[in-house]
Amino acid sequence: MRFLLIEDNERLASAIAERLRLDGHAVDHATTLSAARECLDAAAFDLILLDIMLPDGDGRQFLAGQRRARNAIPVIVITARSAVSDRVSLLDLGADDYITKPFEFSELEARCRAVLRRRGGSAANQTSFAGVTLDATRGSLNTGRRIETLRNRELRLLEVLFNAPGQVFSKAQLMDRLFSFSEDVSENAIEVYIARLRKRLGGTDARIETVRGLGYRLVGPR
Amino acid sequence: MSGRRNETSATTARGSIRRQLFVQLLAVAAILSLAFFLIVREVAGRVAEATQDDILAASATSIADSLRFEGGEVTLDLPYSALSMLGTINEDRVFYRIVADGRTLTGYDDLPQARPSATAPRPQFATFDYRGDRVRAVTLLRPVGSGSTPVQVAVSVAQTRLGMAAISARITSIATAIGVGFFVVATALSLLAARSALSPLARMTLSVTRRGPADLRPLRTAAPRELVPFVDALNGFMARLRTALGQSEDFITEAAHRVRTPLATLRAQAEVTYRKLERPEHRQALREMIRAIDESARSAGQMLDHAMVTLRTDSVAHETVRLDELVRETCDRFAPTAGLKDIEIVTELPPAPVVLAGDRILLQNALHNVLDNAVKYSPADSTITVRLSAEPGAPRRVRLSVADQGRGFDGRDLKQLTRRFSRGSNVGDIVGSGLGLTIADEVARAHGGHLDISENSPGAGACIALVLPSA
Repeated sequence: MRFLLIEDNERLASAIAERLRLDGHAVDHATTLSAARECLDAAAFDLILLDIMLPDGDGRQFLAGQRRARNAIPVIVITARSAVSDRVSLLDLGADDYITKPFEFSELEARCRAVLRRRGGSAANQTSFAGVTLDATRGSLNTGRRIETLRNRELRLLEVLFNAPGQVFSKAQLMDRLFSFSEDVSENAIEVYIARLRKRLGGTDARIETVRGLGYRLVGPR
Repeated sequence: MSGRRNETSATTARGSIRRQLFVQLLAVAAILSLAFFLIVREVAGRVAEATQDDILAASATSIADSLRFEGGEVTLDLPYSALSMLGTINEDRVFYRIVADGRTLTGYDDLPQARPSATAPRPQFATFDYRGDRVRAVTLLRPVGSGSTPVQVAVSVAQTRLGMAAISARITSIATAIGVGFFVVATALSLLAARSALSPLARMTLSVTRRGPADLRPLRTAAPRELVPFVDALNGFMARLRTALGQSEDFITEAAHRVRTPLATLRAQAEVTYRKLERPEHRQALREMIRAIDESARSAGQMLDHAMVTLRTDSVAHETVRLDELVRETCDRFAPTAGLKDIEIVTELPPAPVVLAGDRILLQNALHNVLDNAVKYSPADSTITVRLSAEPGAPRRVRLSVADQGRGFDGRDLKQLTRRFSRGSNVGDIVGSGLGLTIADEVARAHGGHLDISENSPGAGACIALVLPSA
């Protein structure tokens, strides 16, 4: 996905951008509203991440202006303001969602997914491997014979594997994707989810293989 | 706190201007009534006495006029009219005595006689007791006879005062009736006067209480000159309050921004670094750091939320809120967060709209905090049930309950949980500030409701309910 990040705090912006790029997204960064308008004129974006307090104006007015101009790109507002004072007006102004600083990236990701799903999804977010198609936006798995709806963690785990077939992922790496930093879980917890995915993929050519002592990888037909 | 809690005044009334005014007017009316009564009685008494005196004098004069001097003797042909003019008054008895040269010519020997001096031949009046009655008497001196040595004749006529007393009693009762009537009318007028004198105050009170709790505009009601300083003081106070509230809100917003932005930077950088770390001990250390960041962000956020909620609960706007829609929206908003742990939020809403008067943002924040708690304490792959229903046994009340399948409260005193910074006993491993339920509780109470905390059953999850009055 291609993000436009409008945030005036350079360090925060570069950390967010880098984190999103690690997940394979493209990120353009604008520090001012005028720069953001130039970006919007130059390229097409899947999602805008918008800060409220910007040096050359109020993000809310920018948002309202975008909506007046019938620019339908989904907007998630990143706000540092008190939830009680701000939240309602953001949605009223046409934001698709908002997230309060500081946030966990998995939550931002989940919110992006939810927003895109509400907006009808996009074909760009489909990945196919060995005759199986994963639609990350809809959270569905098309095995060719049936369409399964995945639970959130199943989806996130499968997404990691589908994005790099054949690559071995350690239990620790996979756990980072599934569990928040506040959760204390043993490494064996990942096995539950691997078992569920194997069941989902049952009868297809895609398999999750255990690499003893190293982790798991997605493999195709033998 | 809000409009509906203004019913009981915090100020103890000390004295009443209206009563004071009324009592003072009444005292004046009483004094005037009494004075009126006394004057009327006195004047009427005097008029009656003067009338009697005139008749007595006329009677005595008439007798004196009938005195003759014949053959060196004073003779008297007592005119009937002289006594009959007295007899017309009531049942009074009449006495007379005519004395010539110190010898009683006719009449009552023992009737005391004033000793009028020859130089002042005017009738002398006197009041005294005679034969068991109070009498009024007149004595007239008249020289009778010709020549150089006329005989001095003293004519006395006396009359009992029964008629006078009767007239005086009648006048007194009329004076009393008028006095009492005057007092009654004065009382009614005093009441009206006291009320109308204070009506500008009542009008001003109404114009202050009628406005919304957040309305801090200056008072524009026309006030009497005496109240202008008070209105000015009130307006000055409201202006200061408006500034202070505005500053508090600005401060909270600014504080939130200042605290959250660096924490967001820190957290984002930590997450990026974490993804690149390989060694388990480094990763563990960074996990701890991220948790600490989350904890401080959460505490700061809830404290700021709490401050904002406290600020707003003092002026709960009573707008019409569709509670069912609010619940659906808030739950939808929360679904992605809950989804991270594969927690499903199930909403059970009544088919008909649920409307109440309240503050949308506060209610949303209360539900947000309760949901946040529920998600935090729920295990993965569980369900949170949000149910909006009528409160059983309490008409016009709705119950918005959030039930999870978490660890519950482990039998801890549930009342303590709404206290600030108070947390359950079994939460050691979960980040929290202990303000979530406090916020929810304060919002519920600001709306005239309460927070109901219970366990689904021990160890089978918590059930937090906002019980609110519906419109």
